[in-house]
Amino acid sequence: MSTKNTAVAPDATTYNYPNASGYFGKFGGKFVPEILIPALDELEREYKLAKDDEQFKKERLHHLKEYVGRPTPFTFTKRLTDHYGTGKIYFKREDLCHTGAHKINNTIGQVLLAMRMGKKRIIAETGAGQHGVATATVCAKFGLECIVYMGEEDMRRQKLNVDRMRLLGADVRSVTSGSRTLKDATNEAIRDWVTNVDDTFYIIGSAVGPHPYPMMVRDFHDVIGLETESQCLEVEGRDPDYILACVGGGSNAIGIFHRFLDKEHVKLIGLEAAGEGAQTNKTAATFSKGQPGVLHGSLSYLLQTHQGQIALAHSISAGLDYPGVGPEHSHLFDTKRVDYRPVTDTEAMDAVKRCSMLEGIIPAIETAHAIAWLETLMPTLSKDDIVVINCSGRGDKDMGTISEYFYGSNGHS
Amino acid sequence: MSTSPVTPAKTFSSERMKRVFENRNASSKVMNLFITAGFPSKEDTAELILGYEKNGADIIELGMPFSDPLADGPTIQYSSEKSIEKGFVMDNIFEIVAEVRKQSQIPIVLMGYINPVIHYGVDKFFIKSKEAGVDGLILPDVPVEESGLIKLASEEHEIPLIYLVAPNSTDERMKLVDERSGGFVYCVSVTGVTGARTGNEVDESVKRFIERINKNITRNPVLIGFGISSHKDAMKISEKADGFVVGSALINNIRSLEADKNWKQKHFQFVHALKFGS
Repeated sequence: MSTKNTAVAPDATTYNYPNASGYFGKFGGKFVPEILIPALDELEREYKLAKDDEQFKKERLHHLKEYVGRPTPFTFTKRLTDHYGTGKIYFKREDLCHTGAHKINNTIGQVLLAMRMGKKRIIAETGAGQHGVATATVCAKFGLECIVYMGEEDMRRQKLNVDRMRLLGADVRSVTSGSRTLKDATNEAIRDWVTNVDDTFYIIGSAVGPHPYPMMVRDFHDVIGLETESQCLEVEGRDPDYILACVGGGSNAIGIFHRFLDKEHVKLIGLEAAGEGAQTNKTAATFSKGQPGVLHGSLSYLLQTHQGQIALAHSISAGLDYPGVGPEHSHLFDTKRVDYRPVTDTEAMDAVKRCSMLEGIIPAIETAHAIAWLETLMPTLSKDDIVVINCSGRGDKDMGTISEYFYGSNGHS
Repeated sequence: MSTSPVTPAKTFSSERMKRVFENRNASSKVMNLFITAGFPSKEDTAELILGYEKNGADIIELGMPFSDPLADGPTIQYSSEKSIEKGFVMDNIFEIVAEVRKQSQIPIVLMGYINPVIHYGVDKFFIKSKEAGVDGLILPDVPVEESGLIKLASEEHEIPLIYLVAPNSTDERMKLVDERSGGFVYCVSVTGVTGARTGNEVDESVKRFIERINKNITRNPVLIGFGISSHKDAMKISEKADGFVVGSALINNIRSLEADKNWKQKHFQFVHALKFGS
């Protein structure tokens, strides 16, 4: 928005966001209290240095390989493909990362940065508990103090993950303000950071928050797209035609999309959680129903009331149950580079079952939102079209919800 | 965004605000009191403002309730939630200010978060503010670098923006904030969120911070806030400043008087004591 009409940038075709102020087109920025400005400036400075530091890069890749288990497989899903009778469907297996989801790619990166900056106290927010577990895991590995803020309501829904975090040595703090879910846990983590800014590093779990977080989280997940590109080339000799990923805050999606943004021949589809329907009040479909606004430090699409209060999101998937979305996705939505579509609770749960029975892969309910879109997409494709789904997490953590949904009991009672 | 830092600052202060600082005698401090609009109820707010003025308030900071106030502590979040539950809408802010203006010229600055302002419409927000008689705007989630969304409207409608500085702000940052603020500069005395604190916490590091403030902030008066709950705190902390801000302690006081039929009268006594010591 700062370039004049007359000045056509020579690299206009190269995707190069965010700009120096942390904006992806109109979206992003640093909407934070003054106290955090020095901390964000420091973080940005240190991240830039680390990013170009060969030693840091080497160390990060080492842990991704030896601890996380990268590269993750690129699995041809034969029975799912046969089920539709068109195209070829592959899963990028982030569910096979240590701790069961892509989240740890980011927490490894951020915790290494925290240690480089000499910060000894780590804080994080979590909704479903996956990011909390991924943070508690790396803190245990590197011997750092870990405090995880989690809404009281989410702690009840995700008891297993609460216990995992505690077992890993984290101090899980119950958040009782507001709706007692992820957005309130994020408020509380930011307040902790404002109060303990000198010695504390805040590990944000999605591609949201003030600059430089959306960029940093994206970069740490970029490995998903890089591996996908080379694996697809190896197996199929070319790029995929379609890449599908679920979008809550949007970290797994931006991780697999980013590498392909300049490749116009690769169609990118982001699936957001429509809950009981994108236009109902029980939805988390930010692009279908939201408007631009500011939450948790950045300007992005946001579910809100007619008075500009933040609306409560709803999705059967706790990981997508968030009223906002990362600013880079808002930019990709406005520029139409990524096609964002809503998927309901029912469609996602059907996909959980279908995928489990046809492929022997129990996906996270978040991931199932992407898998569900095959129902719409596959009938429109031809035999040779290659479709890649980012299989962002495994469904073990969701067994309570899955049991209740399909078999009428939550397995705990 | 990239062009804003080079634009020369055009700042201003309302006549009502100027008068407060010009008329201050050296022995007393300017007292700015924060109140959440619509707490405990919409009907109470204008009456509380007028009562605060009678009991020593020099400036009113009127809080625009927001569902996710991340710079505030539990006290202000609580009062905001209550107000929203009872049906607070943005237009109530302008109704309250207009009602106060029928009887009073006390400066009123609005304090809140950017999202409801964007949603209401930035221009409409500033037009309504001007019409109602608002003297300034504090948005703690909009630091100077993000002011692009509101700066032009602020200048056009002459409602100054009031920025905050914190103990970890650099000297350069303080100068920048001073240059961009109109009316006064809000100094956050501790790193943390709003909320009443006890003695020692307020004490220690503040002195050096205030020395830096006085060195770097030269265009605007300086008010100090965050954590003040008594006259003694207020006098100590604002010794070398123009005045102080109290917010959470007022809300706590209202809550402690919830069951009391004469709560307003007792609450005004508390306010009087904040300013005058008894």
